[in-house]
Amino acid sequence: MSDARTGHAPPDSGEGLSGFVADWSSDQRAFKRVSWGKAMMWILLLSDTFIFGVFLVAYMTARSSTPEAWPNASEVFSLHIGDTNLPLLLIAIMTFVLISSSGTMAMAVNSAYRKARRPTALLMLATALLGATFVGMQAFEWTKLISEGVRPWGNPWGAEQFGASFFMITGFHGTHVSIGVIFLLLVAWKVWRGEFDQDRRTWLCSGKGDYEAVEILGLYWHFVDLVWVFIFAFFYLW
Amino acid sequence: MADIPHEAEADLPPLEVPDVMPPHAHSWLGKWVFSQDAKYIAIQYSGTAVAIGLVALVLSWLMRLQLGFPGTFDFITPEAYYQFITMHGMIMVIYLLTAIFLGGFGNYLIPLMVGARDMVFPFVNMLSYWVYLAAVLVLVSSFFAPGGPTGAGWTLYPPQAIMSGTPGGAQAGILLMLLSLILFIIGFTMGGLNYVVTVLQARTRGMTMMRLPLTVWGIFTATVMALLAFPALFVACVMMMFDRLLGTSFFMPALVEFGEQLNYGGGTPIAFQHLFWFFGHPEVYIVALPAFGIVSDLIAVHARKNIFGYRMMVWAIVIIGGLSFIVWAHHMYVSGMHPWFGFFFATTTLIIAVPTAIKVYNWVLTLWRGDIHLTLPMLFALGFIVTFVNGGLTGLFLGNVVVDVPLSDTMFVVAHFHMVMGVAPIMVIFGAIYHWYPLITGRMLNETLGQIHFWVTFIGAYAIFFPMHYVGLVGVPRRYYELGEASFLTTPVDGLNAFITVAALVVGAAQMLFLFNLGWSIRRGRDAGHNPWRATSLEWQTPDVPPRHGNWGDRLPPVYRWAYDYSVPGAPDDFIAQNDPATPDPQAVPHGVRP
Repeated sequence: MSDARTGHAPPDSGEGLSGFVADWSSDQRAFKRVSWGKAMMWILLLSDTFIFGVFLVAYMTARSSTPEAWPNASEVFSLHIGDTNLPLLLIAIMTFVLISSSGTMAMAVNSAYRKARRPTALLMLATALLGATFVGMQAFEWTKLISEGVRPWGNPWGAEQFGASFFMITGFHGTHVSIGVIFLLLVAWKVWRGEFDQDRRTWLCSGKGDYEAVEILGLYWHFVDLVWVFIFAFFYLW
Repeated sequence: MADIPHEAEADLPPLEVPDVMPPHAHSWLGKWVFSQDAKYIAIQYSGTAVAIGLVALVLSWLMRLQLGFPGTFDFITPEAYYQFITMHGMIMVIYLLTAIFLGGFGNYLIPLMVGARDMVFPFVNMLSYWVYLAAVLVLVSSFFAPGGPTGAGWTLYPPQAIMSGTPGGAQAGILLMLLSLILFIIGFTMGGLNYVVTVLQARTRGMTMMRLPLTVWGIFTATVMALLAFPALFVACVMMMFDRLLGTSFFMPALVEFGEQLNYGGGTPIAFQHLFWFFGHPEVYIVALPAFGIVSDLIAVHARKNIFGYRMMVWAIVIIGGLSFIVWAHHMYVSGMHPWFGFFFATTTLIIAVPTAIKVYNWVLTLWRGDIHLTLPMLFALGFIVTFVNGGLTGLFLGNVVVDVPLSDTMFVVAHFHMVMGVAPIMVIFGAIYHWYPLITGRMLNETLGQIHFWVTFIGAYAIFFPMHYVGLVGVPRRYYELGEASFLTTPVDGLNAFITVAALVVGAAQMLFLFNLGWSIRRGRDAGHNPWRATSLEWQTPDVPPRHGNWGDRLPPVYRWAYDYSVPGAPDDFIAQNDPATPDPQAVPHGVRP
């Protein structure tokens, strides 16, 4: 017990396991140089991971226990262009758009580290536009499926859990993207106005004179992207 | 502790985060209603939880009246009885116990005990309470909805939960219940993020994780668990809501109701049970771990002894928290499961007994040769140990598949879980309120009323639940409105049932005495002064009692030791506060005459 009562580890005491132990046995902060806001976002994302994880597990359970056949994804999610059915075309474009938005977000965070005000705001705006494009294409996909007769309580091709799971999971993810777009626009506007360059506290702005909010929002955005990869794999490729 | 010489702080590492006072509220509304001070939020949380808990208490009376004296009370119809059961269970587990331990004690004690000025995000913390209040109001509104609240049982198992045969199943009842749970989870998440980040990232100088009082460890671990377990309930609620509102069939197989084929098909009700219990079993420990932590501190303070095996206590809390995520299906032994899964879940369930037993031994060993003061908090702590051991032992019965199968869905189960997660944690809540009331109000609670309250509650709880084990062993099923002919019972239980009911009425009435005491002592209680229990932990070392907004005046307290330096040989007092730099060394000069 003696070291627990008297010993102190110096802050940020190195790499590897010993550094990890030293950080966790030190005072004040377990994650050195991680701000409160960033720590909170990481833990929120951990909790949210469980939500999406449970959604996906519930979907897999429904899919594997329903007595009826599951609709064939490569036929259901295909676009009819000209004379040919192109399977997964729309969804490939959607995925490409969302992954690209992660790229622009990463560039925005990079600019934020350098406190480059205008590039940060513009790159965030680009990210928001790509995100909005994704949501728009999702709305198009929903409309197409609904017009073909897919409903939460049934569809023309097989197990009714298909429509239910599809609308629930993509809807929940789309809501996440939409919330992200709203906050991207808000923070981009604040960056553009120079609120993060001042030491005054305003909403979403810690008053520390840095662009950390951009990085925290970036964490959220990359998470939403990562979740999409799993939804894509489990829903469209399975 | 204003006279701490500055040289003593030289061994402490420098502040890593600038010490900023959270902005004070200026308006009356900002101070008292939309307060962002964790201490006010804690009182708002606790007050709301106790208020809704009273509703659940009255519901339990009504159920017992029906069970003790069947046929006497016309207004208790079978439908009403199921609604009482459902709402009693849900309110007690979620809206009272979870809310008061995490939202109440967590908010009040975490910032004070880790030496922070407030939670890290006071505004989000405030939102957490208001969303919780909304959840409670939605829940209450279901009592006034057409068809009344849901009567599906607190586990809300589909398909019956959303069918017309169940009270509130085809009306608003079940929807309001699900909506209320979703709101509760959103509100809790906002608070929970605060508690976790405050413990991890906002401790004062010198406060390492292994110097935290066990109260903080219990609440912290429970909060982490809640953040990972509530998602399963959230998803289950959303899916059941869709089943009921949109006609999806996540949990609904093909069904015939009153000779008519329903528009459902292909769903699996067992999936709901897995989701529910993936939340539901950690939930038991979300309630129990804060109780474990708080009771450790109560015992150490009131036995004037350091807690036995502090490190083991911490690791036991963490290990219990981890294990509780892989035991959930022991609630489903009779639901239909592969025998190998039953074997697996029985094994993990019984393994939990190891860290739990370590905790019980350590509590008893802390008491061993301690200077035990039989104060009210200590009485309740002792009551907790006894009732918890009792409930834990019957848990060993129910954790085994072969023993559980005949006992499943009998009153034995009801007696078990009331003992282990009803009576035991509530004992801790009472003990904690008697312990920290002087800090919150500056006055002591009345001792005589408290003694009556303790003895009636403790003996009464045994009078209620001890015979209930027997009633269950004889074969009385749970959730039955009345037994009818009951020729399958080996002995009649009418007399015992009436006895249990009378005991329940008396115990319930004793709680009114407690509430009266809470109100009466605010103005007329004995003046508590500074640190009446002579405790070491930081919450008692604030410059003002009760602590003001910002907790610590102009300087954060430096911490030099763990929270359990009681009866240290050679020390001038029988306790050394965590922020006291004095060396517990016989050669050291007595506190106060240092140069």
